[in-house]
Amino acid sequence: MTGVNTEKASLKKNPLGTKRSFTEKKKEALAGYLYISPFFILFAIFGLFPILFSFYLGFHKWNGFGEMEYVGFKNFNLILSDPLFWKSLSNTMIMWILGTLPQLLIGIILAYALNAAIIKYKSIFRVSVFMPYVTSTVAVAIVFGIMFNDQPFGLFNIIIGWFGMDPINWTTSDWGLKIAISTMVFWRWVGYNTIIYLAGLQAIPSELYEAATIDGASTRQKIQYITIPMLKPIIILTVFTSTIGALQLFTEPLIMVGRTYREEGLTVVLYLYREAFNNMAFGTASATAIILFLIIVVLSSINVFIANRIGK
Amino acid sequence: MKSQSSRQFISKAFLYSILVIATLLSIFPFYWMFVMATNTNEVINRIPPAILPGKELVANFTKVLNTIDFFGAMWNTFIVASITTIGVLILSSLAGFAFAKLHFKGKNALFVMILVTMIIPPQLGLIPQYIIISKLNWLSDFKAIIVPGLIDAFGIFWMRQYISSNVPDELIEAAKIDGCSIFRVYWNITVPIIIPAFATLAIIKFMYVWNDFLWPLVVLRDEESQTIQVALRGLIDNYVRDNGMILSGTFWATVPLVIIFLLFNRLFISSLTEGAVK
Repeated sequence: MTGVNTEKASLKKNPLGTKRSFTEKKKEALAGYLYISPFFILFAIFGLFPILFSFYLGFHKWNGFGEMEYVGFKNFNLILSDPLFWKSLSNTMIMWILGTLPQLLIGIILAYALNAAIIKYKSIFRVSVFMPYVTSTVAVAIVFGIMFNDQPFGLFNIIIGWFGMDPINWTTSDWGLKIAISTMVFWRWVGYNTIIYLAGLQAIPSELYEAATIDGASTRQKIQYITIPMLKPIIILTVFTSTIGALQLFTEPLIMVGRTYREEGLTVVLYLYREAFNNMAFGTASATAIILFLIIVVLSSINVFIANRIGK
Repeated sequence: MKSQSSRQFISKAFLYSILVIATLLSIFPFYWMFVMATNTNEVINRIPPAILPGKELVANFTKVLNTIDFFGAMWNTFIVASITTIGVLILSSLAGFAFAKLHFKGKNALFVMILVTMIIPPQLGLIPQYIIISKLNWLSDFKAIIVPGLIDAFGIFWMRQYISSNVPDELIEAAKIDGCSIFRVYWNITVPIIIPAFATLAIIKFMYVWNDFLWPLVVLRDEESQTIQVALRGLIDNYVRDNGMILSGTFWATVPLVIIFLLFNRLFISSLTEGAVK
């Protein structure tokens, strides 16, 4: 839009200089292409080409050194008939639900509390709730890994001991590992989502609440008919981003299960990493990447579909 | 009246207790890390465990220094994160400026293409990326992190939004009429106005590179080139697990970012919310 306006303006101001403005326009376009070119050049080399090459590799057998051998859909068959892949997929899905849902729910509650008019010292609460997000995933995984020690003196075993429960083998049991990993994901991300929701809450015009108060609406009604509907776009955004993040879970399980790649903690990206850099099976690893990509596309589409349905 | 004020008191107490619990749970792992980092392994592995800082602060950290090249890794991370951040600031602001203020054919389509790249999961190209880096002989070279790190679609998007809403068109037109070259319009007029956007993007990018793990793990093979996140993993790889030592390294690797965060917390928080809400 602005392009049309300025063009007209320059024509009016400089009716004789059409030739000059033509070369200037050319110069400007050239500068434009020049300034955006680094992204496209770098992306072509380190982004687009690798992605296309991944699709190529997915149909080949290759160990990184010798000849590539075309094998058709064999890599995909190998993966899809590998129980370990299905285990990693179900692990990822379970941890997605365990880590993500509570995170979003608690995030909304905390944001609501932080936004309440009667609360003081908001900035202290905000800063401390957000601090876990600044910590690196590796650090979080190491710290929680030690808290979830299998021994009776592990912090979480002491805590469940207060409730009369026996120590749990967190790092070797199926549910123990999932709960441990989901807990660290939850701890690192809940503050981030709280802050996002808080920004969304603050963007709701206060006139809406004032009008509702005049009409005699209760707090519950205000939450149900004003807060939740107005917050919907942000909730959809956070479901979207946290789903994609959960499907790419890698660092936490790697730190927790170490070089043993125990199947209880295997995720899809960890499976991919192991295929590529432990087994030197670049073909099946690439096929795994493609399958993961398709899963993300499908789940994101479902997300968008549900969001649209709810939106109506 | 009385019942209303007592109801208000209850909801106030309820909200405060939620926030206090959340704060304690958020802070506790940092405190616990510090307690463990200052105690011997025997004190840590005992029931009930230590809950107060001990005297092994220096001893534990010395053990860290004997196990990994801690300061070397911190320095590597600092260098890599700084160069990547500066590069991204320059490239993103130039591209954002072009998309916001310059007229050229296919501008909108190209911008949409950049946005589309944001939804591609990074693992999709991981293996070929590794192969490219090894063919370029960049394994264990900082270039392996820095050069691909310069691709930042979000940075371009962020800069374009900021420049179009904060740099007036009239100012740019006036400068052009005065004979300013396009680069000078960018450098002398746009850059001074968008300093806040630089600060925001710098924080996001620096933190991202500082905390990144998967890609450095794949391409930084030599110990001398490792970033702190990869080096930290070396602490837990030992056969004998010395938790005091491990948490000492983890604690001191976490401290710099926490300090930066506490100093600039407003900027941090607003940068991430603005990025997400927009």
